[in-house]
Amino acid sequence: MENKVLNGKRLLALAKSNPIVVLLIAVSIIVGFTTSNFFSWGNLGNLISNTAIRFLIALGVSGCLITKGTDLSAGRQVGLAACLSGVLIQRGDYTGRLYKNIPEMNMWVVLLIVLCVGAIIGLLNGFIVSRLKVPPFITTLGTQTIVYGFCLIFTDAQPIGGFQSVYTRLITGRIGKVTGFYLPYLLFVAAAFGLLFWFIYNKTCHGKYMYAIGGNEVAAEVSGVNTKNTVLRIYLIAGVMYALAGYLLAAKSGGASASMGQGYELEAIAGCTIGGVSTTGGIGTVPGVLVGVLVFEMLKIVLQFLGVNPYYNYVVQGLVIVVAVALDIRKYIAKK
Amino acid sequence: MSEYLLEMKDVSKAFPGVQALNHAQLKLKAGRVHALMGENGAGKSTLMKCMFGIYKMDQGQIYMDGKPVTISDPIDALSKGIAMVHQELQPIPARPIGENIYLGRYPIKKLFGFIPIVDHDKLYKDTEELLKKVKLPFDPRQHVGTLSTSQMQLVEIAKAVSINCRILILDEPTSSLTQREVESLFSIIEDLKKDGVAIVYISHKMDEILRISNEVTIMRDGNYIGTWEASELTTNTIITKMVGRELTNLFPKRENIPGEVVFEVEDFTSINPKSFRNVSFNIRRGEILGVGGLVGAQRTELMEGIFGIRSHISGTVKLNGKEMRITRPKDAIDQGVAMLTESRRASGIMGVLSVADNISISSLKKYLDYGFAINNGKVESLVQDNVQKMNIKTPSSKTLIQSLSGGNQQKVVIGRWLANNPDVLILDEPTRGIDVGAKYEIYCIIAELAKQGKSILMITSEMAELLGMSDRIMVMCDGKCTGFLDGKEANQEKVMNLATKFD
Repeated sequence: MENKVLNGKRLLALAKSNPIVVLLIAVSIIVGFTTSNFFSWGNLGNLISNTAIRFLIALGVSGCLITKGTDLSAGRQVGLAACLSGVLIQRGDYTGRLYKNIPEMNMWVVLLIVLCVGAIIGLLNGFIVSRLKVPPFITTLGTQTIVYGFCLIFTDAQPIGGFQSVYTRLITGRIGKVTGFYLPYLLFVAAAFGLLFWFIYNKTCHGKYMYAIGGNEVAAEVSGVNTKNTVLRIYLIAGVMYALAGYLLAAKSGGASASMGQGYELEAIAGCTIGGVSTTGGIGTVPGVLVGVLVFEMLKIVLQFLGVNPYYNYVVQGLVIVVAVALDIRKYIAKK
Repeated sequence: MSEYLLEMKDVSKAFPGVQALNHAQLKLKAGRVHALMGENGAGKSTLMKCMFGIYKMDQGQIYMDGKPVTISDPIDALSKGIAMVHQELQPIPARPIGENIYLGRYPIKKLFGFIPIVDHDKLYKDTEELLKKVKLPFDPRQHVGTLSTSQMQLVEIAKAVSINCRILILDEPTSSLTQREVESLFSIIEDLKKDGVAIVYISHKMDEILRISNEVTIMRDGNYIGTWEASELTTNTIITKMVGRELTNLFPKRENIPGEVVFEVEDFTSINPKSFRNVSFNIRRGEILGVGGLVGAQRTELMEGIFGIRSHISGTVKLNGKEMRITRPKDAIDQGVAMLTESRRASGIMGVLSVADNISISSLKKYLDYGFAINNGKVESLVQDNVQKMNIKTPSSKTLIQSLSGGNQQKVVIGRWLANNPDVLILDEPTRGIDVGAKYEIYCIIAELAKQGKSILMITSEMAELLGMSDRIMVMCDGKCTGFLDGKEANQEKVMNLATKFD
């Protein structure tokens, strides 16, 4: 019996420290019982797929945030990766093929190419931030624009379709039936990377150095941490994550265009922040990032089910960001 | 009319897990300097922050001129004539002195009779008069960032004076001042006393307290111990009351025996012509070499140069006869040199990280499984080993280091360096901002390390510490090494002679 009481207390404390999550669960339950189809396997699968891709992007940007940086180029990098994947993976017999002289490529080769391009952009960001000491905000503001430019140039601002069906089928694939309970493959990709990042953040020197730099960069440097290379690695890894997300996003959407991924960096940063990643550095966990992203995606679906004019979504999402972070910061203010 | 200008009665304040103030009190008289003393964590700063409206008291009452008042925030405190110079300065470096001093209360004039704008002429004229009054030779338009730390502190004090306050709180005002600057501060204080200002003076420096103050209030662990006339007290009685026990030995007995020369620095010169020049010295195995000098003697800069934080243009560093190439701290660490930096907060601790993370950060590679996965068990045993050896008081290894006291934080950072088992350990002001009890413990650790054969370079600005802990003393003045003294034969006069040997 005593155990139960303790658990109840614990749950209450947990609820108190995560009011926005509690609020959202409450709203979802209400929406679930007042509208039909909210509690459906299809909706769950949809939520998982959406969250999975956003989670990968947020994982990438989380390292930048923990080291007091940011990455505004995330969204455009996702867009570039999506377009690049699209162009390279178009069917050989597709009439609207953008680059007709490129042979039809294997989807895994394309993945490798896209990841390499992501790595190069990440490396560039990391180099500018760590070696040239340009503030991350400005650096990535610049590269964001450059990346978008390149994306427009090589797609000629044309939408890209006609993908190899093996690619779209595999990535939008699932375990289980379309009509009943199913789990999208994307869930497993997200879970694998979540675990990988948890391992990197908690169990490797790179992760510890990352938190140390966020906590006090000078102290880390003086303690013999190679701060430059650690920061470089963080932006490099981020670039790879955006590329992966872009590759998956193109398949999920069944098409790509230069405008894809626009604003995703802000959603990712917001998700991280809602999930407790501190903008003052040194604080943030992988489970936190997951919760933050989930909150955001849940919110979108709830609004959709409530039949709210989509334009209002932005207003509500913005409010949630501010309120969530304000509540989170209050915890620290109260302790003073 | 009350005898007291301000009274704080029965003040209690609790933070999560700690009773910071427990029925504390303070009574201030006009025109008197009231010293507030106690170890770090005794509650002095908390009490002052309650008076200044930064913290809300859980219990207690403040009276001014015998009437009960409530002070809700710092603005309220200022309007009631209470000013405070904080221990940690917060100037705006990129703005002129004048704007810093009148920040938040700029003189206003009306453009065309109705558009309010800042009256810069009056601002700078007022600042000039103020600076003249407190005898500071600065241009009001000079940017604060161009001043040294001690000069900033004097500007901060001038700012407090400009408010025409009735009560002035000085929280460790002389911690970074040179002797000459301390004298000018004292003359400012004398002038303020004549104007009837009550001054609260917080400091750890006994000689200053006994010289400048009229009354002394002593606190311990948040409790009020008592108030005495300064003339009734001596350094020893103050320490006894602060610590609550007799301190017979200020320094531990040292059993280290210096051996052969292990570390040699020759003709070391900074890239900055105003910094250290042509410095040569050596240190033996198991020797403690104290480094003395005035603030600004470039001692920190020299050590940071050796450690690779700053650049040098010429000179050699040899460890065990082998020349070292050091361009960054990592190079020095890899070759067996460690350095405890001067400012714990700025370059020592990583506040939001745990004790375990802080202690293991520079030796993480030692605790890996399969070459990449950190073994938490090994890190934990490192923490426990240090907790035991150095008597670090922490609830657990997961506790955030920022919630520990200064002394315990310092021990954690020392532990970080010892984990690499260095041959040479550079300690820059190892006991700054640490209370008396923890200081003794740190001295014991240093003595023990020397006994184990480590070579220790210790920069210190406390004369007693320099004389009490060193086997040999190197004195610097204005970037140059001006001489060496044997630890047993050295005295304050000899050190000061070398420390003031300007060209």
